[in-house]
Amino acid sequence: MKTDPITSKEEIWSYLEGVIDPEIPVLNVVEMGIVRNVEIEDDQVIVKITPTYSGCPAMNAIELEIKKKLREKGIESFRVVTDFKESWTTDWMTDHAKNKLREYGIAPPEKTEPDDNFLTSLKETQKIVPCPYCNSLETNLRSEFGSTACKSLYYCNECHQPFEHFKCI
Amino acid sequence: RQDALTEVLLRLADDRLIHGHRLSEWTGHGPELEEDLALANVALDMIGHAASLYSYAAELEGKEDEDFYAYFRDDIEFKNIAMVELPRGDFAFTIARQFLFSAFSYHLYKYLIEIVDDEQLKGMLQKHFKEIKYHLRHSREWVLRLGDGTEESHLRIQNAFDEIWMYTGEMFDQDETDRAAIKHHFFVDVSSFKKEWDKLVSETLEEATLTVPDDDQYMYSGSRQGRHTEHLGHLLAQMQFLRRSYPDAEWK
Repeated sequence: MKTDPITSKEEIWSYLEGVIDPEIPVLNVVEMGIVRNVEIEDDQVIVKITPTYSGCPAMNAIELEIKKKLREKGIESFRVVTDFKESWTTDWMTDHAKNKLREYGIAPPEKTEPDDNFLTSLKETQKIVPCPYCNSLETNLRSEFGSTACKSLYYCNECHQPFEHFKCI
Repeated sequence: RQDALTEVLLRLADDRLIHGHRLSEWTGHGPELEEDLALANVALDMIGHAASLYSYAAELEGKEDEDFYAYFRDDIEFKNIAMVELPRGDFAFTIARQFLFSAFSYHLYKYLIEIVDDEQLKGMLQKHFKEIKYHLRHSREWVLRLGDGTEESHLRIQNAFDEIWMYTGEMFDQDETDRAAIKHHFFVDVSSFKKEWDKLVSETLEEATLTVPDDDQYMYSGSRQGRHTEHLGHLLAQMQFLRRSYPDAEWK
């Protein structure tokens, strides 16, 4: 059976906005910048996605969720393709998405900067990450690695709350 | 031409899968919670790098998917260097190895991205490169801390470098496969950045109050051609067992 020709790319994009990131349940896969493109070729829907981190275990789940959503919407002919042409960056996240992260308790990523001095200890670069709970700037990096590949651990010295920071990459 | 590309993909991927597996053995055994998470994160990245490279190779060779390369090849078919298959040892050994390998990967990727004549591989390398940078930072910081730490930590990391050194030569070995890949612009002449690697390693070790082992010693070689240490077979037995015994097993 062919895809209903009435289904437009815009509709597909809106369906995809209903697929949430399993690791960050306040954002959907479009807001995350995971969905790179939607094409319709010969009545087949092609969704191009790109992984956030190479080892992100959620990618598999995300692909399955996208397929499930398309099927739910009555689309039978589709392909989900992983595309590596451009490397995912947190700069693709919209301000709206960043605000949602903050409200959820995760400090959002800042704009990426050139990382020529990437060997310098992050403790020494002293990047200030405001606490998502009390907005204090008195925070410390506790660990560059957190519960998922995309987050690091911080601690707020003001409200004594540990929190996660979405790393800039 | 396609064979040359597939070989490059498998060599890059095998190093990363096997190293990633060794790092994953620390999960739940890290010296502290943060470090446990860090090693698991780095392991995941490396296995992810391998998975993307394998899936591209599978596409080129008409295999079903990347799992074929990970689960259904025997030790002599793996093309990784011996350094990454050595047992994980203590924490110092794990860090020393990861530092040496990440420093190598950093330089390799830096130059390879510039010249690689394949868009898909280039895209993957650019993605991996971002992650290799923080792998290198992380392991380098630990080398400094352990080397310039307590008497015990200094001794352990010095021993680790001394023990691993004979396996570092293989990173810079070259054979016909490399030369064919270089000709097609799928790979770089690794000897071209040996000096830079030496410099980064020796500067880090000096800062860590450690002694750089002597290059003028017996160097292990032949792993890329399938002549592995006994350790790889044991690793594969564990890694491949489930998939081979229950080939149709699925997550439900």
